[in-house]
Amino acid sequence: MTSPLEQKKLKIAGPHVVTANRTGDGAVIWRTANKLWSTNLSDAAVVRNSDDARALWAEAIADDVGAVGSYVAPVQVDAAGIIAPGNLRERIRVTGTTIELPVAV
Amino acid sequence: MYAYDELDRTLVRERVEEFRDQVRRRLSGELTEDEFKSLRLMNGVYLQLHAYMLRIAIPYGTLASDQMRMLAHVARKYDRGYGHFTTRQNIQYHWIKLEQLPDAMADLAKVGVHGIQTSGNCIRNITTDQWAGVAPGEIEDPRVWAELFRQYATLHPEFSFLPRKFKIAVIASDNDRAALRIHDIGVRIHRNSSGEAGFEVMVGGGLGRSPFLAKTIKPFVSRRDILSYIEAILRVYNQYGRRDNIYKARIKILVHELGIEKFAAEVEDEWQKIKDGPLALDEIVIADIRSRFTYPAYEKQIDNPPELKAAGSDARFEAWRRNSTSHHKVPGYAIVTISLKETGKTPGDATAEQMDVIADLADKYSFGEIRVGHEQNLVLPSVAKRDLPALWRALDAANLATPNVNLISDIIACPGLDYCSLANARSIPIAQEISRRFANLETANLIGRLHINISGCINACGHHHVGHIGILGVEKNGEEFYQITIGGKANQDAALGTLIGPAVPYAQVADLVEDIVEAYLSLRLRPDELFIDTVKRLGVEPFKERVYATH
Repeated sequence: MTSPLEQKKLKIAGPHVVTANRTGDGAVIWRTANKLWSTNLSDAAVVRNSDDARALWAEAIADDVGAVGSYVAPVQVDAAGIIAPGNLRERIRVTGTTIELPVAV
Repeated sequence: MYAYDELDRTLVRERVEEFRDQVRRRLSGELTEDEFKSLRLMNGVYLQLHAYMLRIAIPYGTLASDQMRMLAHVARKYDRGYGHFTTRQNIQYHWIKLEQLPDAMADLAKVGVHGIQTSGNCIRNITTDQWAGVAPGEIEDPRVWAELFRQYATLHPEFSFLPRKFKIAVIASDNDRAALRIHDIGVRIHRNSSGEAGFEVMVGGGLGRSPFLAKTIKPFVSRRDILSYIEAILRVYNQYGRRDNIYKARIKILVHELGIEKFAAEVEDEWQKIKDGPLALDEIVIADIRSRFTYPAYEKQIDNPPELKAAGSDARFEAWRRNSTSHHKVPGYAIVTISLKETGKTPGDATAEQMDVIADLADKYSFGEIRVGHEQNLVLPSVAKRDLPALWRALDAANLATPNVNLISDIIACPGLDYCSLANARSIPIAQEISRRFANLETANLIGRLHINISGCINACGHHHVGHIGILGVEKNGEEFYQITIGGKANQDAALGTLIGPAVPYAQVADLVEDIVEAYLSLRLRPDELFIDTVKRLGVEPFKERVYATH
């Protein structure tokens, strides 16, 4: 999974969302259509071209107090509109580690 | 143990309060993330996939029992009840909240523990042999020198913004348990032909995308001159190291591009200018640092006590004793390695409960002292042999007595894509699957000493280049693939592994490791020819032919 830290030129194909970590506690968050952040991927605004992605990302970057490390991430959207992560990295961010943690949460 | 003085304690307390204010300003928006990032990194705070991560330095891998209890407390109160011991003798918490970090750091500061210089382009935690001070045949306790280097490097204004991070390790034994040659500077204490103790200095080691083993730049530097010589190296690096390209910024690249002779000449020039200055060490300074280390009051013990003989009939105890205890410099005592490699679990992880158990056992059986090794295991450095059966029972009850130290399931693994924002592929589940496949102790002992090291990206935190079997996760078209090397080693005969063939997908890695092991068992000359020696004798080809015929 190419790290989003290496995301330089933004050129997307297919559905994408903007994601980040919440500044205060580091929780994984997604940018919503109403210019807020949500901890549910299902609330994320989905963009499908580079211009829209750049605009959504710029808006996320502007919220420097609320979020940290924002980037554009691929998703899959099925016929019912259900959003799913587009690669393993994002799946891990959504569902947690693929391993059992030493202490159950 | 080393007793910190008031200066150290004040420095750590003041840093916590400074960071508390920085966090407050970050959360209120007074500081942007761009402004805050370098400040948090200077305190060991990273942003990972799921949360912030706090990296805590454990200087030269030595922990007191009260420090271990505090690590447990922080895991329980501020994280998710566990911590991860790393290949740099540090501990990391992977679920920490920025809002709570100042309080967590304040708690840690109560026992002199902190994250200062665990990130950033500065001199990082000084590492050493986890058996320092107790290993038979050691010239002296290398932690005295590690502590000297720590004091020198802490907040050093000239070396706080080096071209890139800088790692120093020091040992005083012929057996390198600290992986000296993969450090920016490796220092080995030895005696010259006159019997004088001094330092072999190695420079330019490092892994990552351009792996190099450190080269000996000076075979013998006197005690008086070691600090000025290290400073000369740092100055040459600081002046000539590349700052235009992060991938070429480590000292290993400078040494490689200049050549060791030219680099050494530059260092020599610089050293001649400073060697007789304030860094020339007075024996009083060394003696003062040494005096701050307290050592156990060893009792006269018999080397084969009745308690040990009585427990010898318990096969499980005997398996553990043979595997996890080592000779101590004092008769009647043993060095005990606590495996953090329970079958199917994450290498290097310990729960808060386990940390508390280890702290209690350290108090009861090992003079209150614990060590962290770069192989991600812990050590109780001084246990009376008569206490081994009782210690084993307590460790076993806490799932801390897996007798697999130095065996195939004693795997080094970085956090990988399950946690790390830099990773391309997962490391931990690969390690867990391999450990399950080789859980049978009889099989593992039949195979013998074999180190598997796994990294989830080219940054090589899992030291894959120097694993007997090295596994590197890469990405290919959005899928996890793994390159396999064999023949690497991190000891006094350090070597970089050789690629054995094309990368294989995630699902095939454990099969491939099994095939490599099968090939080894059929190729070795004798049962006591270690895997690494068979690879050295035969090279990669016979393994490649056998393994890739089936993949």
